[in-house]
Amino acid sequence: METYSLLREFADSWMLLFLFTFFVMVILWVFRPGSKAEYQDTAGIPFRYEDKPAPDAETEKEAQS
Amino acid sequence: MQIKAANPQQKQKGPSLKPPVVRLDSSDGHQLGKTKGHEMINTVKLIVLGLITLGAMIAANYARDLAYMVQALVIVLVSGGLFLWVLRGTGEDKPAMSQDEYMDDVIRAGVVATAFWGVVGFLVGVFIAFQLAFPVLNFEWTQGIGNFGRLRPLHTSAVIFAFGGNALIATSFYVVQRTSAARLWGGNLAWFVFWGYQLFIVLAALGYVLGGTQSKEYAEPEWHVDLWLTVVWVAYLAVFLGTIIKRKEKHIYVANWFFLSFIVTVAMLHLVNNMTIPVSIFGSKSVILWAGVQDAMVQWWYGHNAVGFFLTAGFLGMMYYFIPKQAERPVFSYKLSIIHFWALIFLYIWAGPHHLHYTALPDWASTLGMVFSIVLWMPSWGGMINGLMTLSGAWDKLRTDPVIRMMVISLGFYGMSTFEGPMMSIRAVNSLSHYTDWTIGHVHSGALGWNGMITFGALYFLVPVLWKRERLYSLTMVSWHFWLATIGIILYAASMWVTGIMEGLMWREVDANGFLVNSFADTVAAKFPMYVVRGLGGVMYLAGAIIMCVNLWLTVRKAPAKEASLSVAVPAE
Repeated sequence: METYSLLREFADSWMLLFLFTFFVMVILWVFRPGSKAEYQDTAGIPFRYEDKPAPDAETEKEAQS
Repeated sequence: MQIKAANPQQKQKGPSLKPPVVRLDSSDGHQLGKTKGHEMINTVKLIVLGLITLGAMIAANYARDLAYMVQALVIVLVSGGLFLWVLRGTGEDKPAMSQDEYMDDVIRAGVVATAFWGVVGFLVGVFIAFQLAFPVLNFEWTQGIGNFGRLRPLHTSAVIFAFGGNALIATSFYVVQRTSAARLWGGNLAWFVFWGYQLFIVLAALGYVLGGTQSKEYAEPEWHVDLWLTVVWVAYLAVFLGTIIKRKEKHIYVANWFFLSFIVTVAMLHLVNNMTIPVSIFGSKSVILWAGVQDAMVQWWYGHNAVGFFLTAGFLGMMYYFIPKQAERPVFSYKLSIIHFWALIFLYIWAGPHHLHYTALPDWASTLGMVFSIVLWMPSWGGMINGLMTLSGAWDKLRTDPVIRMMVISLGFYGMSTFEGPMMSIRAVNSLSHYTDWTIGHVHSGALGWNGMITFGALYFLVPVLWKRERLYSLTMVSWHFWLATIGIILYAASMWVTGIMEGLMWREVDANGFLVNSFADTVAAKFPMYVVRGLGGVMYLAGAIIMCVNLWLTVRKAPAKEASLSVAVPAE
């Protein structure tokens, strides 16, 4: 089979199926149980470290102890 | 020397913290005993810069055309200047860069560059608008340099790549740091991206004016300039991705998804669309690998995705950060933003063939492009609604805050042009609208309304924060800018609708015997009044941008300084 036909056949069958399934899975994933709390947290990211980067994890631990 | 530089940080952080000297992961900090390595790097830099200068000199000598020669001479000057600069800096100790503050100087430079290129691009746009209305402005003495054909790509590239590109680079560097809670990765690589991009703009602009261009819309620079852009873009990707990888937040905020898709896709588009073989390494001219209609398809696959990923995805990244910040509340629905992202990038990539209705392109391909363009309406409006609804509960801000008004009207124009676009992609509508001024009106309601206004909003947000000012110098001036720009866009879009539909109808008008009624020159004559109105709309838009520049300048110079905090908004948590 010539390259064009081969690619064309693959594109409008398996690749199409893969992309479509991927997209549907994304939507299902977004609405999974428990996602609301997590996304509320993520949506708050712009309001956290406006002036300075977060300190390192180890130094934070030290500061706590 | 390094210890001296590290000391104040220790003081700031208190005794319980490790001194930053210990950190080996920091790619840009020069540690003790690294002076030798520093000298090594400088030597390598000098050799490379020297070779580039020499190579560019040889290229300028053997140049086959004027554009190439001038571009080579610019490279000689830049690399030669850098050579001297590196040479003079050799042996001097550079202060170690602190990892516990954001790298904002490169963003400040980006803000200045955005405002500067914006005014330049708008000015050229206004001039060529009047060249179309009054052809006498194509002066005899500027033929071959300043006529419409030469200045038009200068305008499009200045506003899209110089104004829009600088805005994207600056805001993406700002947003990725704040939402990753980490300093930019790669140290001075961010500066390389900034200056490398300015060099690309200057080389491209010289090529446009002097005639070293290829016949690809929005990708006019020739092969050697394309290669330079590729180098800069890879560095940009590295800085952005590097910062995301070393982020301290668990999740990658949605704005970064949009920015990242913009950077990656533009790299892919740029490479595929510019697969050319130069005729000579000492000349501008190159030949594209693609033939015939495939070349046209690749061009509009590139062209439409430049709109989709440069002017939409990248700017949506801005929208998802700056609108929540200015409104002081998180985005309306984070779930919707994720679906918005995936739907947008899955659909946009297929929309290009709608530029090629009624051409040699097979019908199935242009139908595919048309269908995807129409489906694209949904994620576009989903994103717009997400942005607008972020203001729910804070609509009163529209009355008091002209900056948020600017951001909201940008979403309004985004919604309008993403409705108009799918409609124009329908084959039957396209048969009337294509090749007419309607297309130009559509592009400008998107570019001036959506891209321009959201960028102005971001600049008004950024300048007080980056220069640590209490507030903007004048909100009245922002209001003036807002109304000048809005009325300017309306004049522009409305006149282009009228002239576009008129000329489309004139072109297809036939008499009883089936002969065409109008000659092309008839349509040109009929368009004159609308061209003048369009030019005036451009003047108003330009005037607004100049008011903005004055306002931002006075903000830096005159507005009261802010000491305690850098931010405008009060943290929500």
